[in-house]
Amino acid sequence: MVSSVANARTRLLAGSRGRLLNASLFILIAVAVIILATKVAALGPAYFIQILVYGFANGSIFALIALGYTMVYGIVELINFAHGDVFTLGGFISLWLLPIFGITEGGTVSGAGLILPLLAILAISMVACAVVNVAIERVAYRPLRHAPRLTPLITAVGMSFVLEGVMFLWRGPFNLHYPNVLPTAGIEIGGANGPAIGFKDLAVTAIAVVLMVALALFVERTKLGKAMRATAQDRDAAELMGIDINRTIAATFFIGALLAGAGGMIFGLYYNTITFDQGFTAGLVAFTAAVFGGIGNIQGAALGGLVIGMIQSLSDGYFDTAWTQVLIFAILVLVLVFRPTGILGMRVPEK
Amino acid sequence: MTMFRTIRKVWGTDPRVDPNPLAYTILTVGAILYPIWAEISTGGQGDFLISVLADAGVYILLAMGLNVVVGFAGLLDLGYAAFFAIGAYTYAFLASDHLVVTPLHEAVHLPFWIVLFVGLFVAAAFGVILGAPTLRLRGDYLAIVTLGFGEIVPRVFKNLSDWTSGVNGISALDKPVLPIWLNGPWSGDPLEFVRNFKIISPMAFYVVMVLLLGLCVVLVNNLRVSRIGRAWMAVREDEVAANAMGVNTTRIKLLAFAIGAAFSGFAGSFYGAKLSLVSPENFGFTVSITILVMIVLGGMGNIPGVIIGSLLIYGITFLFLPALPPLAEEWATNIGLGGLVPPNEDWPGIGQEVQRLKFLVFGVILVLTMLLRPQGLIPSRVRQQELKKGVHEDQTIEDVNAETTA
Repeated sequence: MVSSVANARTRLLAGSRGRLLNASLFILIAVAVIILATKVAALGPAYFIQILVYGFANGSIFALIALGYTMVYGIVELINFAHGDVFTLGGFISLWLLPIFGITEGGTVSGAGLILPLLAILAISMVACAVVNVAIERVAYRPLRHAPRLTPLITAVGMSFVLEGVMFLWRGPFNLHYPNVLPTAGIEIGGANGPAIGFKDLAVTAIAVVLMVALALFVERTKLGKAMRATAQDRDAAELMGIDINRTIAATFFIGALLAGAGGMIFGLYYNTITFDQGFTAGLVAFTAAVFGGIGNIQGAALGGLVIGMIQSLSDGYFDTAWTQVLIFAILVLVLVFRPTGILGMRVPEK
Repeated sequence: MTMFRTIRKVWGTDPRVDPNPLAYTILTVGAILYPIWAEISTGGQGDFLISVLADAGVYILLAMGLNVVVGFAGLLDLGYAAFFAIGAYTYAFLASDHLVVTPLHEAVHLPFWIVLFVGLFVAAAFGVILGAPTLRLRGDYLAIVTLGFGEIVPRVFKNLSDWTSGVNGISALDKPVLPIWLNGPWSGDPLEFVRNFKIISPMAFYVVMVLLLGLCVVLVNNLRVSRIGRAWMAVREDEVAANAMGVNTTRIKLLAFAIGAAFSGFAGSFYGAKLSLVSPENFGFTVSITILVMIVLGGMGNIPGVIIGSLLIYGITFLFLPALPPLAEEWATNIGLGGLVPPNEDWPGIGQEVQRLKFLVFGVILVLTMLLRPQGLIPSRVRQQELKKGVHEDQTIEDVNAETTA
């Protein structure tokens, strides 16, 4: 009786504290939005639309990476730290393939002669990354599936360093120039001084959207997709139903890395520079996106990627670039603390 | 075999079963003999060698602190360098002329011994601030939150350039001062007591470091066998069960987190004083990972293991890898592959290439240790037993089948 009263009291206290926290968080967000709005008004609508266009392209890339995190976490409850580096690997492999397929900066090929080899390179990089990711799963995660939880987390960090080390040995510690091969033409809105939607922005967003729709269809419609959802929900029950768990998990790593590999190449094409360790920051930002959308939730990761991409480009455009990453990681910490299930997340039981 | 038997008779335990007494003895004797060896082998010019080991001591301190968090309580902290940075910057603010050029316009010069503890408490406070809301999260979320925090802190120090001079960092920090010290032939002075002795010589730093380390080993060992230490291990193995047994899991995890942060802040202050310079570049993710590799390799949860792991990794990253390029160049020339030495367009030269190995080496150590010897080089006995028997978070059907049919 006494304990139940005490329990009720703590619950009440927790409730009021929770409300207080929610209120303060709401005020914080409101203040941020108001400051942003005044800055937007001061700098005019053209600039704002331009920032949104960048944010969209940015967000598409983050969404592609975030999907891999969220799928893997959904199925094996492991943060695959190496995922960000698989993304970088996609950029490195495609950078290596470009001259082999005869595509160079300022080259003469255009039209179908440019698009087809680019798509071929995209496909090869994606598959290569997927194979690497499956190998990582096989070597570093599968043997530890029943080990204490800390163990696979540490090997994941280790695999991330191995991949970074390999790329470091391959191309060195410098920022590498990625050939600017996409046409620079774009659609200008409202005259020559208005905002422009470049061909690059469109291409990046289009590829990302196509891949994400394909993924959604795959998970919803195919048998393997169904097996993935079943395994994510209850691994033992899925096994009893005759699902090959190892194959399903390997397939998840494969598909996640396909998207990350595509993201790596798109990143290179869009920003024209890649570094061996960019996957660390990009991965962390993408993970923020995955958490923001609710980890384990595929639509959530896509939405989270878009939101984080927008926040990044708004912060870059209206505030200080030096503080952008601080802001994003602060969002990561705050979301995990106040709403660990994300904005669209499902409740993950505490084990 | 007879050797082991003799040791066992003298010792009371077999070093194959419990390597700790042997490891402690080797470490103590090594710590005493090292400066003597350094001075003799270089003919009195051993300052550099002694200074190197004093620097390694900072990493040992850090590793012992992280061991409390990861090894004892089982919480993966990937942003440990953040607390290190907080400790170092605390020292830089409170013991240098730097605050004159900040909006405060007033220099603060507190003595080293006080700032050491201020740094400790400031870092612990940040540990509590970060830990209190996050420690109720699942373990892997905690890893990510700490990783995020570890990325935020150096960036904040870098961006707040009005206060911290940004990327240039803060230099000319005060040297620690001892109220009284005995000078003698070993420092080239006549035998006398001096007041307000400034610790500048590497030897003095080394002595202070070894004494501090000894103190910390005793402290951490006492913690480990105390009620708190046993609670940590209970939480590490099964949080729900520990809770049911009456352990206040949130408080005990917070305590581990704060103590780990305190160690890091302490080490940070010492590091600032030793180097007399702090800069945001010195506290990145690589530092956090270096320390994690140290404890994973040495043996999580076991103090001699952690110390030996730290010494090994410190040796590899700061002595062996930087020394490799000339060695590799010489070796390549000797076996007739001299063509590999000079750099060309695609090839940076074998010297450069070898120096880049650090990332790969770290990654391989982490993965292989976890796969082949998860208990580390010198394992903690408790943990070894747990790993052998297996403490499963969830059992699969195969496991249950195996158990019921066996």
